[in-house]
Amino acid sequence: MHEMGIALQIVEIATASLPVDLGGARVTQVNLKIGKLAAVVPESLRFCFDVAVKDTLLAGAKLAIEVMPVVARCKDCSAQWTIDQPVFICKICQSGSLEILSGRELDIESIEVVEEVKNDSG
Amino acid sequence: MIPGDPFKSKRYYHHKDFHHPHHSHPKNPATDVSTQKSGTRQIKVVRRVLDINDKMAAENRKLFAQKGLFVLNLMSSPGSGKTTTLEKTLARIMPEIKSAVIVGDICTTHDADRLAETGAPVVQINTDEFGGDCHLVAHVIEKAAASLDLDDIDFLVIENVGNLVCPAEFDIGEDSRVVVLSVTEGEDKPVKYPLMFRECEVALLNKIDLLPYLDFDKEKAVAYIHQVHPQMPVFEISSKTEEGFEPWIEWLKNKIREKV
Repeated sequence: MHEMGIALQIVEIATASLPVDLGGARVTQVNLKIGKLAAVVPESLRFCFDVAVKDTLLAGAKLAIEVMPVVARCKDCSAQWTIDQPVFICKICQSGSLEILSGRELDIESIEVVEEVKNDSG
Repeated sequence: MIPGDPFKSKRYYHHKDFHHPHHSHPKNPATDVSTQKSGTRQIKVVRRVLDINDKMAAENRKLFAQKGLFVLNLMSSPGSGKTTTLEKTLARIMPEIKSAVIVGDICTTHDADRLAETGAPVVQINTDEFGGDCHLVAHVIEKAAASLDLDDIDFLVIENVGNLVCPAEFDIGEDSRVVVLSVTEGEDKPVKYPLMFRECEVALLNKIDLLPYLDFDKEKAVAYIHQVHPQMPVFEISSKTEEGFEPWIEWLKNKIREKV
């Protein structure tokens, strides 16, 4: 429900990440990691992203989303596994003391940039 | 030329018939993509999208620590009884502990009006001024807190926008998060919204006075809570009759004492 705000943040961070010496550069792709536990719907985010990039240095850019599984490690027996059901209990020792290794991501990994803009067809 | 291209007024050279000799054009427009590809550079960013909110939340947390007050973020789905729970909680807390409330809603001041009856200073945030947000964010709390005399209070409770999804994602600088689940909702809310139940320290199972009239399976609900958050304290309460309030109030007072 807050995907538009997140899309705007992505545009802001990506724009700020452009090196100043890249004059005329534009962003063609943003590589994002979203954990399965993050309260973000990838499809809604894509929709908002397409709107948010208009009239920015990201105009027309693609949003590449890598969905990260929820991976947990038991703090008691060190077992490590992927959580695919909402059960946060160690399968080996039944401990509830877990460390979530991945699944909470909402991270911009990288941006892809071209220094040239599209051919103006003549 | 891309219609409405924003770069033409900036560092964009390809306008109209001007051609600059210092860079080449793809010869065949059909192969444009591959030409572009070869000129593509990847720049590492590695930043949390909510970085700015997280930093602001850390600032809030620092300020609240300096002022020596305990901050609670109260969350739930709409209609689970957050405001009534707060009214009754404040009535029991206020004689001992100076408290204030920040309440978030998309619109109206109904909750603030109700909470003002408790005698606590109340700040209403209407998120429609911020785009109708479904949750509170750190900078909005900073603004709201600025209108309170933080030196004069020991307990600040923030009633978040009714929603089990989004508020769980946004740190606002609180010390503790509490979720209210009412027995008029499904028992499986915890497994449908695991992030909320994992992020909160305590769950209040509200409206237990209605249990005789419902098919709600309380044991099942608690089992679901413990499935996503093992050992999470669950206080069974009725905000209407105040049944079960003592352990909850005791927990809250202890948390406030620890911080203040």
